[in-house]
Amino acid sequence: MAIITKDEAQALLKKVLGYSKADECEASITASEGGNIRYARNAISTAGDVSTLSLVVSSTFGKKTGTATVDEFDDASLQKVVKRSEELAQLAPENPEYMPLLEPQVYKDGITYVPATAAMTPDSRAEAVAKSIQVAEDAKLEAAGYIENNTSFVAMMNSKGLFAHNLETEVIFSVTMRNEQGTGSGYAARGFNDITKLDTLTATKIAAKKAAGSVGAKAIEPGKYTVILEPVAGAYMLENMFRGLDARSADEGRSFMSKPGGGNRLGDQLMDEKVTIYSDPFNKELPASTWSREGYPIERMNWIDKGKVQNLTYSRYWAQKKGVQPVPFPNNFIMEGGDASLEDLIKSTEKGILVSRLWYIRMVDPQTLLLTGLTRDGTFYIENGEIKFPVKNFRFNESPVIMLNNVEALGKPERSISVESYRSYLVPPMKIRDFTFTSLSDAV
Amino acid sequence: MRRKEFLQLSAMGLGALILPGMPSFGREVTPQELLDGGMDVSTKKQLADVALAAAKAKGATYTDVRIGRYLNQFITTREKKVQNVANTESFGVGIRVIADGCWGFAASYKVTKEDVANTAQRAVAVAKANAKVKAGVVQLVPQKGYGEVSWKTPIEKNAFEVPIKEKVDLLLQVNSIAMDGGASFINSAILAVDEQKYFASSDGSYIDQDIHRIYPFFNVTKIDKASGKFDTRRSLSSPVGMGYEYLTATDADKVQGVTTRYKGRYDMLEDVKNATNDVAQKLTAKSVEPGKYDLILDPSHLWLTIHESVAHPTELDRVLGYEANYAGTSFLTLEKLRSKNFQFGSKQVNIVADKLQPGSLGAVGYDDEGVGTKQWDIIKDGVLVNFQAIRDQAHILGLKESQGCCYSQSWSDVQFQRMPNISLQPGKEPLTPDDMIKNVEKGVYIIGDGSFSIDQQRYNFQFGGQTFYEIKNGKIVGMLKDVAYQANTQEFWNSCAAVADKSDYRLGGAFNDGKGQPAQSNAVSHGSATTRFNGVNVINTARKI
Repeated sequence: MAIITKDEAQALLKKVLGYSKADECEASITASEGGNIRYARNAISTAGDVSTLSLVVSSTFGKKTGTATVDEFDDASLQKVVKRSEELAQLAPENPEYMPLLEPQVYKDGITYVPATAAMTPDSRAEAVAKSIQVAEDAKLEAAGYIENNTSFVAMMNSKGLFAHNLETEVIFSVTMRNEQGTGSGYAARGFNDITKLDTLTATKIAAKKAAGSVGAKAIEPGKYTVILEPVAGAYMLENMFRGLDARSADEGRSFMSKPGGGNRLGDQLMDEKVTIYSDPFNKELPASTWSREGYPIERMNWIDKGKVQNLTYSRYWAQKKGVQPVPFPNNFIMEGGDASLEDLIKSTEKGILVSRLWYIRMVDPQTLLLTGLTRDGTFYIENGEIKFPVKNFRFNESPVIMLNNVEALGKPERSISVESYRSYLVPPMKIRDFTFTSLSDAV
Repeated sequence: MRRKEFLQLSAMGLGALILPGMPSFGREVTPQELLDGGMDVSTKKQLADVALAAAKAKGATYTDVRIGRYLNQFITTREKKVQNVANTESFGVGIRVIADGCWGFAASYKVTKEDVANTAQRAVAVAKANAKVKAGVVQLVPQKGYGEVSWKTPIEKNAFEVPIKEKVDLLLQVNSIAMDGGASFINSAILAVDEQKYFASSDGSYIDQDIHRIYPFFNVTKIDKASGKFDTRRSLSSPVGMGYEYLTATDADKVQGVTTRYKGRYDMLEDVKNATNDVAQKLTAKSVEPGKYDLILDPSHLWLTIHESVAHPTELDRVLGYEANYAGTSFLTLEKLRSKNFQFGSKQVNIVADKLQPGSLGAVGYDDEGVGTKQWDIIKDGVLVNFQAIRDQAHILGLKESQGCCYSQSWSDVQFQRMPNISLQPGKEPLTPDDMIKNVEKGVYIIGDGSFSIDQQRYNFQFGGQTFYEIKNGKIVGMLKDVAYQANTQEFWNSCAAVADKSDYRLGGAFNDGKGQPAQSNAVSHGSATTRFNGVNVINTARKI
C-alpha cells in the first residue's frame, strides 16, 4: 500500500527534517497507486498496475541546493538520503535565483479525493472496457481505447515548519470508434475525480454515432468559417495559451503577453468581453489541490476578466525583482460560459462547421501564439441551424488570442480533457467567427 | 508521474526542454555513481534465470526479462547562470510473459531473487486475467537464442566521465558568445544518456548492452525593443548515439554555405556565433509571399519531415489500428503494400530502415525482445516495399523473422514496436547542394527544423524551419521569414526532383519520439542529403494580435 495517512506523512517528514544539518531543508513524499488498460481492434492489448512511493529531500547551504530521493523508509535510509542531499548541495553550482523557503502557511482542505475511484480494481477497469467493446461489436465498429485510474498523495514539509498535504483521485477514459472500411471515425474522452461519473457505455455510443455520422464526408473549400468547437477541441486549443500566462517571459519581451516597447499586457483588453478565465481549486466539477509546488495557498483567481488580462503568474524570484506579490501557477483552469447547449449553438448558426476534436496542435509563432493543427473524428457542415453533412478534415492556422476576440457565443461549460496532456479543464462549447482553415486533409 | 510530466513537456518542443526544473527520470545520484558499473552480469543472469523459472512454473509459454539501469545527466544554463545540474539513475526489472495465449507484463524497482520471482508471477496473473476478458492470441515468429552475448555503443569518450565543470564551462562560453554578439537571451544544455540493459528470454538469450546518447543544444533569442518583435534561432546540432567526442568537430565535419552545418561531429562555439548573426537577420528579413515554390531542404530540416511523413505511417501497429486512439492510423495499408506498385514517391525516393548505422540513435546490437538488428528497404525506387514489424507482427507480413525494432523507454514500461532509423538514401549521381540551387528559378532553401504538425493518418502536414533563404533564378538573394509549407505526403514525395550525393549525407534526430498509452519516448535518427521538391505550397504565418 503506497498511500499513507496525513498523520503518518507528517510524523515521517518531521523525522527526516530532524536529521538535517543544512541551512534550509525541504522534504516531500509523493505516492501513487493505479492501473490502466489499453484496447484496440475490440480486444485488450496491454494492461498494467503501477504503484510508486518516494521521498525527496532538498538541502541548501547558502544558495547551493542538492536533491536526493529514496524509496525505503527505515531510519538508516532516511538519514542516508538527508546526508546525500547535503553532499550534492556542496557539489552544486550556486543558484543566483534561489529564494529562502516559505514560512508556514494556512491551507484549506481540498476536495479532490473520491473513495470510489481509489477502490477501482483490475476487474472494475476490465468491466468498464468490456462495456465499451460491446458497443463496438453491436454497432459493427472497431474500438480502440484507454482507461487509467490513479490515486496520488503529496505531502511537503520544510525546516521553517511549513506543512502541506493533498490526496487526489482521477480517472481518464478515451475511445476511438472506426468503421471497417476506414471511412468513418468518432471519439469521446472523459476525465473525472469521481469514477461514478464515468459512463463508458454512453461515451462509446457518442463516439459510435460520430463514426457513423462522419461517413461520406464532402470536401469544401478551406477558408475562414464560423466554427463551433466542442469542449474537447476548445480545451486543447486553450491549453497552449494557459501555459504562456507567465509574467517573466512577457516582461522579457518573448511572449504573446509582451507589450511592444517593454513590459507586459496586464490590464489590456486582449479578448472579447464574453471571455472570463479563472482558476478555483474548490470548483465541484474540477477540484484541484489547494496549494502550489512552492507552498503557496491557492484560492480562486481570475486570469482573463471580461477580456482583460487581470493576472499573470509571478515566480517568487521574479515577484521580488519586480516588487510585486508572487502569483503561483494554478492547478486548474476554468472558462466561463452561458446556459446554451451545444444543440442551441448549432440551432443559432446560419452557416458554420462543427468541430468535434482537434489534433496535433503545435506552435507556429510564439509572438502571436499562432497554432496549427487539424480537425479529427467528426467535422460537420451546419446550415440554417442544422447539421447538413460531414465534411473532410481541415488544417487550421489560428491563434487562441485571435479566436477569443471572435467569440459569437459560449455554451454551458463542461469538464473535458486535453487529448495530448490528458489534463482536465472546464470549458464551454464555443461559437467562433472567422476561424482560419488553410488546407484539406484526406485523413479519417 | 515524473516521466509523464517529462513527456508533456517534451511534447511542447525544444523550448520547454530547457526549462530550469528539468524533471528527472529516477533517483538523484552523484556524478561518481554514474560511473560505477552497477550490478555484475553474472548476478543479472542468476536473477533472470529465477524469473524465467518462476514464470514457466506458473504456466508461461514465453518469458523475457529486462534488468535495466538508466542513467541521465542534464545540465541547463541561461546567460551567465547554471540553472540545473541533475544526475539520475533508475534501476529495476520488467518481465513480459505469454500465458493462455496473451501478453502480461509487470515491473519492480526491487531486484532481489524473491522480488523477480514475484514479479514474474504477477506478469503471468495479468496475462491470464486479460485472456479471460477479451484479448487476441499472440503469434510470435521464431527467434533463436544467442546464448551469452554483449554489445556497446562504439564511443570514444564516455560523456559521464567528463567533469561537470568542463560541460558547464562550455555552455557558459556558448552563452557569452551569443550575449557578446548582441543576443537578448540564450538557453543552452547538454543531455547525456546511458542505458545499461540486460535482456534474457526463454529462447535462450542473455544479452548485455550499454547504449550511449548525447544531445548538446541551445536557443538564441533576440528582441527588437522598438517594434516589440522577437525571434529565435536554435542550434543545428542533433541528438546522436555517440559519446562526448560528438563535441570535437574538425573541418571535415563542416558543410559550408549560407551557414555551417555539421556531419558526424559538432562545433557548438562556431554554431552559436552563426546563430547569433542569423537571429539578427531573421528580425529584418522579408516576409514571404505565399504561393508555390521549389523547396531545397537541408538534412538538418528534412529529417523531421521524413520522421513524420515516412517513418510514422510505415509503423505496422499504426497500419493495423493499434494506435487508433492516440497517435492514429496510417494512409498506408496492407493492400497498398501487397499491390507492389503503390507509388509513395518519385523514382529518386529510396528509404531504408536501419538499426545498425554508427552514430545513430537507433543503433543497438539487439532490440528489446532479443532480436539481432538489421537493415531493410521501406521504399524502393519510389514504391512501398515494406513496413516496420516486431515478433508478434512478423506473421502478418509473412516474414520469417522479426525486423528487430522493439523498444521500451525503461524497465518499468512494456516494450512495443518503435521506429528504427528511417533514412532517405543519397542520390547515385554526383550532385552538390550548390549545383541543385543553380537550377531553381523560384524557391526557398530551408535549414533547421521548426514547427511541425501532421494529421492522424499522415496525409496532410505543415512544417516550419530555423532559417529560410529566397532563391531567384539560381541564386540565393536573401533571407525570408514567416515561412511554412503544407503538403500531402504522397504528392510531396512524388514531387521529389533531386537528391544530393552521399558526400552531403547527414543525420538528424530526436530524443522524444512519442507513441503509446501510457506514452513512451523513443530516440531515433533520420539521415538524408539535401533534397529538392518541386511546386510545394508555402504559406505566410505572420499575424497580428
